[in-house]
Amino acid sequence: MKDDLILLAHGGGGLLTQELVEEIMLPAFKNSALAARDDGALVQISGTELVFSTDAYVVKPRFFPGGDIGKLAVCGTVNDIAVCGAKPLYLSVAFIIEEGFSRRELSEIVASMAQAAKEAGVQIVTGDTKVVERGNVDGLYITTAGIGQRLPGITVSGSLAKAGQDIILSGSLGEHAMTVMAQRHGLTLPEEIRSDCAPLNGVIEELLQAVPQISVLRDVTRGGLATTLHEIAEQSGVTLTIAEEAIVVHPAVRAAADMLGFDPLYLANEGKFLICVESTYSQRVVDILQQHAKSGDASIIGTVGNGLPGRVVLKTLVGGERILDMPLGDLLPRIC
Amino acid sequence: MQMLTAEETGRAAARLTAEIKKLAGGRTIRIMEVCGTHTVAIFRHGIRQLLGDAVELISGPGCPVCVTPANYIDAALACAKQPGVILTSYGDLLRVPGSRESLAEAKAQGADVRVVVSPLDALAIARQEPQRKVVFLAVGFETTAPTAAAALLSARQAGVENFLLLSAHKTVPPALRSLLTQGACLDGLLLPGHVSAVIGLAPYRFLVDEFALPSVVAGFEALDILTAIRALARQIAAGRAELENQYRRVVLPQGNPQAMKILLDVYQPVDVEWRGLGLLKESGLVLRPAYQVYDASLVLQLKTQPAVEPKGCCCGLVLQGRMQPAQCPLFARECTPLKPVGACMVSREGACSAWYNYGKRGEGA
Repeated sequence: MKDDLILLAHGGGGLLTQELVEEIMLPAFKNSALAARDDGALVQISGTELVFSTDAYVVKPRFFPGGDIGKLAVCGTVNDIAVCGAKPLYLSVAFIIEEGFSRRELSEIVASMAQAAKEAGVQIVTGDTKVVERGNVDGLYITTAGIGQRLPGITVSGSLAKAGQDIILSGSLGEHAMTVMAQRHGLTLPEEIRSDCAPLNGVIEELLQAVPQISVLRDVTRGGLATTLHEIAEQSGVTLTIAEEAIVVHPAVRAAADMLGFDPLYLANEGKFLICVESTYSQRVVDILQQHAKSGDASIIGTVGNGLPGRVVLKTLVGGERILDMPLGDLLPRIC
Repeated sequence: MQMLTAEETGRAAARLTAEIKKLAGGRTIRIMEVCGTHTVAIFRHGIRQLLGDAVELISGPGCPVCVTPANYIDAALACAKQPGVILTSYGDLLRVPGSRESLAEAKAQGADVRVVVSPLDALAIARQEPQRKVVFLAVGFETTAPTAAAALLSARQAGVENFLLLSAHKTVPPALRSLLTQGACLDGLLLPGHVSAVIGLAPYRFLVDEFALPSVVAGFEALDILTAIRALARQIAAGRAELENQYRRVVLPQGNPQAMKILLDVYQPVDVEWRGLGLLKESGLVLRPAYQVYDASLVLQLKTQPAVEPKGCCCGLVLQGRMQPAQCPLFARECTPLKPVGACMVSREGACSAWYNYGKRGEGA
């Protein structure tokens, strides 16, 4: 009976989510595109290579500094397609709305989606609307799916990290998670701390055109940097070593995370991504990223090595080493 | 504290580490960190690996989740299953196994269990839902007990009658006395910064007076911890046993008198069961008679059964510093963060969880 229950932690993006996907979804849906385990699937239709991706959004609160559930729903899918090395083109959207939901609020969210789609250069071309009885959902849930065209000559995948490559992070960590949690728990953050929610396809496309040698691209979302690194280390069978001193975390984000007992390396982001590339190209990548407002804090944070496959190691500020594991499930605020 | 650059921090740490190793003089110093937050900070900064054989760091009974017995979780579950009750809890407690199930499992089956970050959030829920009884699972040491007491006083002042506490608050000094009386083999103690900020230094005096054990109050930054370990190593090398405060920017010798007053006004000490340590004299805090209308165990007439500890679980020995997590036969086999058997694997601040997550099953830890 106990093992039959889905717990909240199964949706947290960590080990429990992985277990659920591996035990229930993957065996049932088995196919090579799914087995690649990237952020989107590479599929072919009549010889054209497309990337196809989907995601569901249940964030609370629905509005937060720097974004809202609608902007998140567009940017999330756009970014998943972009980090697969494709140009996102068309999105679909499905709304599940609770009876009694405000028309005005829905209009605001839809307008925000339209704005985000415009910024990303994609069109929302089809959709669905369902209204369910009061109490059956918490206000509004949104699902988006999208397709994009693979950029010619680009091959990126979480399975292509190789020893000797550098690991580059596009910016500071944790703003999205702490903005949402601060609202949820009534904490006050300085005004400059906002969700980093943003479409990344523009900067990624520019980057891939300038440095087509990039072999791994991953957006750093739920589960944070540690989880993303873990996925890459496992997919590629390599050890990733990163240096704490190279990782940027805004002091206010760090303070709020400390207060709630969260490690910034595990906090969700909505506008950051990771790159693995041969070290010859890494400075060029950083230079391009630093020219964009969304990735001004980009830096080389570590290296890919052989060592133990699947392992992620953090070299700490004081000279120690710490192994970064996958989180179990959802982040829960602690006692003290 | 002066803000140091990454480079300065690295240099200061290297200096402290070298000094600690020199002071250890070729032997291994056994130091217990009492507090779970210290345990996590030590792993997070890679301090064990940094100190090598010079210092063996042993995790003590300072994780409030770990020392909460299973029958408290059972009592909380009994609360949650009563009609009209909303159970509010800090996040850490949700996955702790009771005798049969955890709060997370009860929640998945429909119990109204809500995660809060403060007892004031629970009080706000009580105000919003006056028809229901809102029970706050009051767990923790001297750090959190005054906050729960303050929420209760606010409830009384505002006439909120549906806010209840299920207190499992505990105090740290009796647990230390118990460990030392039972002959824990230690060279020094790293005392908890947050608890000390409330109780001050006097309650630890017995550590040096009666047990001649070097004891240092430490903060939670990597350099705080290394500085406190150096202070212990200096005492040990010189054959001294003194009570030192290396966290002076937060901990005053007299503690926080206002927090202590609230604590003593609202609670009275009683003998309570600690998971792994047994019944410790006057180590628990229950509501004084004047506040019993807010006591969930009385209002909801909860009957607690004796705690059933899971078979083969060595959390007790780990909490007493008599066993390192990786020595437990269940560690990383039957007992993992995914399927925890004992409480030390559940809480992020538990010794077993920290060993597993940061040390990867003990290797390199």
